[in-house]
This record gives sequence, structure tokens and C-alpha cells, in this order.
Amino acid sequence: MSISFLLVIILVLPFLGAIVASGLPRHARTSAAILSWVVALVSLGCLAALWPMFQDGETLRYEITWLPSLGVNLVLRLDGLSWLFSALILGIGALVVLYARYYMSPKDPVPRFFSFLLAFMGAMQGVVLSGNLIQLVVFWELTSLFSFLLIGYWHQNSAAREGSRMALTVTATGGIALLVGMILIGRIVGSYDLDVVLASRDAIQESPLYLPALILLLLGAMTKSAQFPFHFWLPRAMAAPTPVSAYLHSATMVKAGIFLLIRFWPVFAGTESWYLIVGGMGLATLLLGAWCAIFQHDLKGLLAYSTISHLGLIVLLLGLGSPLGCIAAIFHTVNHATFKASLFMAAGIIDHEAGTRDMRKLSGLFRFMPFTATLAMVAAAAMAGVPLLNGFLSKEMFLAEAVASVNTHGLNLLLPALATLASAFSVLYSLRFIHTTFFGPPPTKLDRVPHEPVAWMRRPVEVLVALCLVVGIFPAVTVGPFLKSAAVSVLGFDLPYYSLALWHGFNLPLVLSLIALAGGVGLYVVFGKRINANPRGGPWGWKRLNGGWLFERAMTGLFKGSEALVRLFGATRQQPQLRAIVLVALLAGGLAAIGAGLVIRPIMPTPTLANWAFAGLWLVGASCAVAAAWQAKYHRLAAVVLMGGAGLASCLSFVWLSAPDLAVTQLLVEVVTTVLLLLGLRWLPKRLETIRLPQAMERRSRRRRRIDLVIAAAVGTALAAISYAVMTRPSVEGISRFFVEHAYKDAGGRNIVNVILVDFRAFDTFGEITVLGIVGLTIFALLRRFRPADDTLPDPSQQKAQNASDRDHDTRSEGDTLKETMLIPRVVMRWIFPFIILLAVHLFLRGHDLPGGGFAAGVTLSIAFILQYMASGARWVEERLAIRPIFWIGVGLVIAALSGIGSWVFGYPFLTSWFQYADLPILGRVPLASAVLFDLGVVILVVGATVLTLVALAHQSLRKPKQRDAEEGEPS
Amino acid sequence: MMELVLALAIGVLSASGVWLLLRPRTFQVIMGLSLLSYAVNIFIFAMGRLKSGAPPVLKGDVFDPARYTDPTPQALVLTAIVISFALTALFLVVILTARGITGSDHVDGKEPDA
Repeated sequence: MSISFLLVIILVLPFLGAIVASGLPRHARTSAAILSWVVALVSLGCLAALWPMFQDGETLRYEITWLPSLGVNLVLRLDGLSWLFSALILGIGALVVLYARYYMSPKDPVPRFFSFLLAFMGAMQGVVLSGNLIQLVVFWELTSLFSFLLIGYWHQNSAAREGSRMALTVTATGGIALLVGMILIGRIVGSYDLDVVLASRDAIQESPLYLPALILLLLGAMTKSAQFPFHFWLPRAMAAPTPVSAYLHSATMVKAGIFLLIRFWPVFAGTESWYLIVGGMGLATLLLGAWCAIFQHDLKGLLAYSTISHLGLIVLLLGLGSPLGCIAAIFHTVNHATFKASLFMAAGIIDHEAGTRDMRKLSGLFRFMPFTATLAMVAAAAMAGVPLLNGFLSKEMFLAEAVASVNTHGLNLLLPALATLASAFSVLYSLRFIHTTFFGPPPTKLDRVPHEPVAWMRRPVEVLVALCLVVGIFPAVTVGPFLKSAAVSVLGFDLPYYSLALWHGFNLPLVLSLIALAGGVGLYVVFGKRINANPRGGPWGWKRLNGGWLFERAMTGLFKGSEALVRLFGATRQQPQLRAIVLVALLAGGLAAIGAGLVIRPIMPTPTLANWAFAGLWLVGASCAVAAAWQAKYHRLAAVVLMGGAGLASCLSFVWLSAPDLAVTQLLVEVVTTVLLLLGLRWLPKRLETIRLPQAMERRSRRRRRIDLVIAAAVGTALAAISYAVMTRPSVEGISRFFVEHAYKDAGGRNIVNVILVDFRAFDTFGEITVLGIVGLTIFALLRRFRPADDTLPDPSQQKAQNASDRDHDTRSEGDTLKETMLIPRVVMRWIFPFIILLAVHLFLRGHDLPGGGFAAGVTLSIAFILQYMASGARWVEERLAIRPIFWIGVGLVIAALSGIGSWVFGYPFLTSWFQYADLPILGRVPLASAVLFDLGVVILVVGATVLTLVALAHQSLRKPKQRDAEEGEPS
Repeated sequence: MMELVLALAIGVLSASGVWLLLRPRTFQVIMGLSLLSYAVNIFIFAMGRLKSGAPPVLKGDVFDPARYTDPTPQALVLTAIVISFALTALFLVVILTARGITGSDHVDGKEPDA
């Protein structure tokens, strides 16, 4: 198998697994676990297979071309450091999957949990394997998102919801900062490629952008790794299921920040600002985290704060800037992952079997679960840094570094003492964890008798604890090669001397270690009782200086602030909103026109007869428009008619100004629109001019009208000025020359407009008819559940008058007048039906060479149908014709799509047109273009959508109130 | 002079449209949108400059762009006419439904408070 294949597998397999797991049924707990296990183990196997390939400090790279024209490629990159992290992610992932199978309750949708877990695993793999800065940030944000989903897995629980929201807010904000930081680095270096960046140490450190880039990078890393003052999300994230805590909050997610710091250590470390910021944050986090951990009553809370503290230790080591510190940091990252994951799992077992994690209720569990207790004790001892365990080794390295750094910087004088103090705290809380949980009298406050878990739930803990021991006793042969390979990939080949051994002789670090051990035990003996009895559960001397509290305040402020802004600038009423939109458009358009240097050049009018006629046409048209605007409130029918007048004027202008296609389409659409509006008028309320508003309202609306009049006049003037200025300038050479020259030669059509629509820009037309179809369906859906207002329910007054007159005459019965209306036009309209269809066919067939085409033909055809409805009524028409507009919409769309797909068969892009001349009997030489087929689709769809709209509206009058009531009874 | 007339026409159409757009009754707004779409269609069309007696339908065998009017704005406006019909239809049905549900034909869905 090739290297690239293996690399792709270890990145992609978890995501594939996540997709498969998300499709499993809700109760498929075991299948999902087996799937996840297989994914983790296969990926681990691939990773192991890659191990022999870069022992000499090489870097494996695999590039997948993505957007080559922009120079954006997916780069997979594997070196010693990413191998080690990847092994942690996959290895601990496999153990967590096994554990979660037994931890998760069958009542929960467990496959979803595994799906999230696998996706998270994939995202973490993406972070460590990325060879491109931006790609790294994308995966980084993905880890934030999946951690949000995992922490909030029990979303019925408000603590989980809030914890996940807080974690997402903090880490995703950090992610944005990181993105900006990466962009800055990319600007400094001139490339986003990680290898290039890692080779540009001098360029980065000498750049004036170094400090901003550093701070942004650190914001990303420190929020992810829960460093003070961003640490507060981690304890809240303990609302997650325990496998999540064991995986995300000990081994992987919080280590992503550490990974980032180590990754960029070679180029960023070693400056004063790095030392101050990174070292300072690390030290503060180390001490504060340990101090807070001491006072927790919740097992997971204690572990969370201890994680914060240990992460602080690692960050401090990196901050010191010495190569040995960096090696110690890598080593402690691995060690911490093993012992903390096992401790979380142990805490989960206690919670699972005893029903609580509250240390005040737990006591003397050793006699109930001796195996688990022993495992937890070993792991806790590793956390405390007891010899023979891995935690001791890296803590020794830390203390040695603290001692060695005393002379390098003035601020380091206190470091050995503070490091020892933090270590003593660590001993204290480890001891407290073990003592209160497993020793003492049997518990009395539990609602069940605790017992050992099923053996398989304990296996992952056993594996991890065994690792703690093996690494602790034989470090050089177990973890040595991996650590060396990781260190080489960060520090280069001339590594400083370091020794992985249990015994380095009786030296100062060992003395400090012993002092810390003794001090921790001593402190617990003296203060243990008071700490255990501390009612509040919070640390002493620690109230307001709390990131969580500040976060809540900030969030509240943010919400309040946005609400205030909405109150200030928002409008719930439509008129002010529209007014603002119009004004902004006016301003933007005006500024653009002025900026473009549009000037009005006066041209002397030439009063020819044609010009006067044109002016006369628009005198009528403009009067119609103004009158329509004036009448739209009180005389809607008049307004519709007047608007038709304005439409006709524009239609005639199209004829005048060489746009026959537009004129035809405009005229036909005008007809349909008018019918549509007339159908709608029936359902709008009566409005009487005689009703007067109260005085105050009247004044207010008069003022509003005056302002609106000014705005409308301004828009009109501006638009007139702009159009005049443009029309009197010479035209610019656009793409039209191409259309004119190629329409006949390449597309076989003489009507350029039609050729553009069905050939050159057919894809746009395809989108447009899709919109048309969607509109038709939306209207149909809206009107299916239409409930008219009460006052429009009775018959219209005209109909009432007709019926009354029928009743008054002895010879007539009610409804006769209605039946007899339009007797003669009805006959004419019925007879005209085939002729209009013929006209539509004519318009369609000539469309490619002469004015006409699919849209015009479609609208004509729908007018044919509408006329029948108007003449004879819906029932009459539908008894005789199969009106199936929804089906037509579908057919039209399918024909248009198929005519486009057809070109794929011949190896051309979608909607490529083909044409040929054919000699047919009688008709002679006719062009046959495949675009005609597309146009046919347009016709059918336009007919479908238009008829559907009009018929749906027309049907409303058929519904009688009684029927409406009956309909309401049934659910359809 | 045709340019002047058409520019004034665009101005009047758009002013009437905007005026109606800002009115409180839904039917006024729908009429306003229709008038505004006339104005905009002519505006787009006018961007290709005005030419009489030169429709973009090819004749003969020599295709000189100077002999024809600009076909591109026409193609744009053709689709715009159809789409504005569709939107008028949709908007009409929306206001009818809204009137049925809220009982008011005010754009805010309720009569203004006194």
C-alpha cells in the first residue's frame, strides 16, 4: 500500500465511520461500538504501518489538488510529532469506544454518540495531519463543533446545554483569532504551507507583525487548552458523558492547543514576549488550577481542574523556551493523557456503579470494588508524581527544568519553589480523591449497593494503568523512540542530551519531588477534614476572580447590547423598513452614479413627427402610472386598468425601439397579470373614502405622505437623470458583438434574443423556469389552506342584486341571470380556443428565427385556457379538459433538463446545443436545433405554472362557506 | 429626444412605484411593485441605447453588430418580465392569505393603533 493511501485512510476513515454510524438505528449500541472500534483499530494499524518510514526525521507529505488555479491544495503531512499525537488520538479513542459501549445507557441514542465521537476523531486527525495553515484552522473549528455536540449530547439536561454552549463560544472565538493569526503568518511568510512556515523562523521573529500573530495564535491555543483566564469552560464541560471527558478533556481536544504550541515552537519560541505570555499563563494556570482542584467535591470537577493545572504545567515548560523544556512538555503530554484518561474512566465507573460522583456521599468503596480502586490508586499516584510511574518521570523533568532555568531569566528565581508548591497541591488533591472515595466507613448516602463493573468496562482502564507502570519503570525502551522522533521533528537533529531513566542519582529535582510528596501528604493530614467539609465546594479565597462569572457577565452584556441596538435601529413595522431600504438604495445609486462621473449633456430636441408621437404615447403612459398610484387605495379596479395603460405604453415603446420579442412577451404577460389581479380583488376588503380617521392619526399620515412624496420624487428624478445620462453616452463594446456574430453561425438561429435564452445562456433560463415552477407550487400550497376573511364570504353585491331581480320576476328562477351572462362571448371564446393554440404553436416554432419563442408561446397557451375558464366556468372546463398543471410543470422541467443532459452523451457540457438543417417534404429546408427541445420544456413549464396560479385562485370562488366548514372537519 | 422622453417615463413610473411601495395597504404595495418593475425593465432595456427599426433578428449573411440593436439587455428584460409576473402572482397570493389569516390588509398585518 502506498504512503499516500495510508495517510488518506487515517484521515478519512473516521469521518466515513461517523456517516455510517449516524445511519444506524437508535438502539444499535453494539453495532455502533464495533464499527467505531474497527475504525479506530484499522486507522491505528495504518498509522503503525507508517512508523518505519520516517524514523530518520523525515516528513511524509501528500498533496491532493483541490483548487489548483488558486494554489489551494489539501496537504497531508506526517512527522514524528503528528505521529505521536495521532497515535494518542486513535489509541485512546479505541479504548474510549470500548469503555463507552458499557458506559452508555441503552435508553440513549447511542449510535449518534459514536457518530459524533468518530467525527471528532477525524477532526483531530485533521488538525495534527494538516500541512496547510488554513486547512488546520478548518479542522480546528471542526473539533470545536463536534465537541459542542458531544458535550451537549444529553441535551435534555440544561447543564449540558449551557456547558456545550460555553465551550463552543470560547473555543470557536479562539478559533477565529487563530484564523486571523494564521493569515498574518501567511502574510509574513508568503505561504500557508506548514513546511515553508517552519523554515521561516527569522522572517517571523523579525517581522513587525510577530507580536500580533503570536497573540492571535495564543488566543487560539490557550482557549482550546483551557489556560487561565479561559479555563472556565472545561469544568462546565464535565456535564458531558464521561467517555467524552476521558477522550476530549484529557487526551485530545485540550491537547490540540498544546499541539499547536509545540508545532509552532520552533518558529515562535525564544523571544521575550513568548516567554512572558506563554510562561506566565502556564504558571498562573498551573497554580490556580491545582488550587481549585483541591476544593472540588465532584470527582470529575476535581479531575477537570487538575487537567487545567497539568496543561498549565505543559504550557509553562513550552514557555521557558529551552529545548529540554520542549521535550519534557511532549513527554508530559503523553503521560498526562494516559493517567488522566484512566482516572476519568475510573470516575465514570464509580458514577455508574454507585450512582453519584459527589465525594461527600462516597466513602469506603474499596471493599465494594477493589479492582477499580486499585487501578484508580495507581493512576492517581501517577498524577501525583509517585516514583515508578510515568507521571514521576515527566514531573522530574519539569522540576529539573525549573531549577535549571533559574539563571536564564530574572523572573525565574521563584520558579523552583512555585513548581514544588504546585506539585504538592497535585499530591494533595490526588490523595484526597483516593482517600475520600475508597477509604473510610462504608457509604451511607447511596441509593444502591456499589459493585465492580462488568469486566470489559474495566479493560481500557487496565490497559492505560499498565502503560503508566511500564513507561514509569522502563521509559527508554517503551516511549523512548517515539519521544525522540517527535522531538527531532520539532527541534531538529542535534537534540540536547536528555535521559529517560528512573534514577538520576540523588539531585535537587529529586529532593524537590520528595518535598512535594511529603508536603502534599502533610497538607492533607492537616487540612483534609476542613477541605472535605467545605460546604460550598469552591476554593478558599476565590470568589469573583472567576472566568466563568466574567463570561456570564459578558454574555449578558452582549445580549442586552444587541437588544438595545435592535430597539434603537430596528423597526417592526414595514413602512419604515421599506423607507430605509429605498433611501439606502437611493443614496448608494446616487453616489455610484456621481462617482462614475455621469454627466447630463443637454441635447436639443428634434421635433419630428415621430418624436412627438412618442412623447404623446408616454404622456398617456405616465398619466396612467400617476393615476394608478393615486387610485390604488380606493378604486382598485380603476388602478388595475390604469396600470394596464402604463404597461401598454411600455409595450409600444418596445415595438418602437426594435424589441419585438419584449413587446410580444410584455403584452401577453400584461393580459395574464390583469386577469390575476382581477381574480384577487374579490378577496380584498371594501374601503370607503367617506370613513375618516381620528384627527391625530390623520395628521400623522398626512405628514408621512408628504415625506414619501419627496422620497418618491427624488427616486424618480435620480433614475430619470441616470438613464438620460447613460442613454446619451456612446455605447460600450460588450458581449453583444459575440452574440450577434455567433447566433446564426454556431447556434443556427436568427432571433438573437431567443438564441441567447435557449442556447448561449440556457443555464440561466433553466434556473429561471425552475423558479417559475417553484412559484407555481408555492401559490398552490398557499391557496390549498386558504381561509378568506369573513366579510368576503357572502356573495358579492352584484350577484345579490341579480338574484333579487330574478326572484322578483315570476318567470325567472334565482341564478338565471348569472347563467345567462356573456352568452355570446362564451360561444366566441369557446370557438377561439383552437386558434389561440395554433397561434401559440406558431410563436413557438418561429421563435428561433423570428420574434416569438418559448415564453411567449407558453403564456399564449395559458391565455387560451384562462379564456375557457372565464367563458364557461371552472366546472365546465374541468369536465372536458384534463387540466393537470402540476404534472405539466414536472414534465416541462424534465424535458428541459433532459435536453441539457443529452449533450453529456456526446461528451459536451450541460445544455450544449446542436443544430442541423434538414430537407423535409412540403416544409422544405428547416433548421433542427436541439435548443428547440429545451424551448419546448420552457413552454410546457410556463403553461403549467401560469395555469396553476390562475386556476388555484379561480377555484377559491367555487368553495362555498358550507364546503369550507366541512373541509375543516377533515384533516386533509 | 426619444432618450429624454423615455428617461422622463422611467422617472414617472419609478416615482409612482416608490410612492405606492411606501403606502400602508397591501394592494397599493403590489401595484407599486408592478409599476416599479415596468420602470426597471425599461431602464435595463435603455442601457443598450435606443435604436429604431433595427430589431435583433439577423438578415442576410453578413452579421455586423452595428446594424442591429443590442440584444443582451433584451434577453435580460425578457426573463425579467416573466419573473416579475411570477413574483406579482406570488405576492398577490401572499397578501390574500395574510388578509385571510389576520383579517387586515395593512402591510403590518394589523390596523395601526390610534
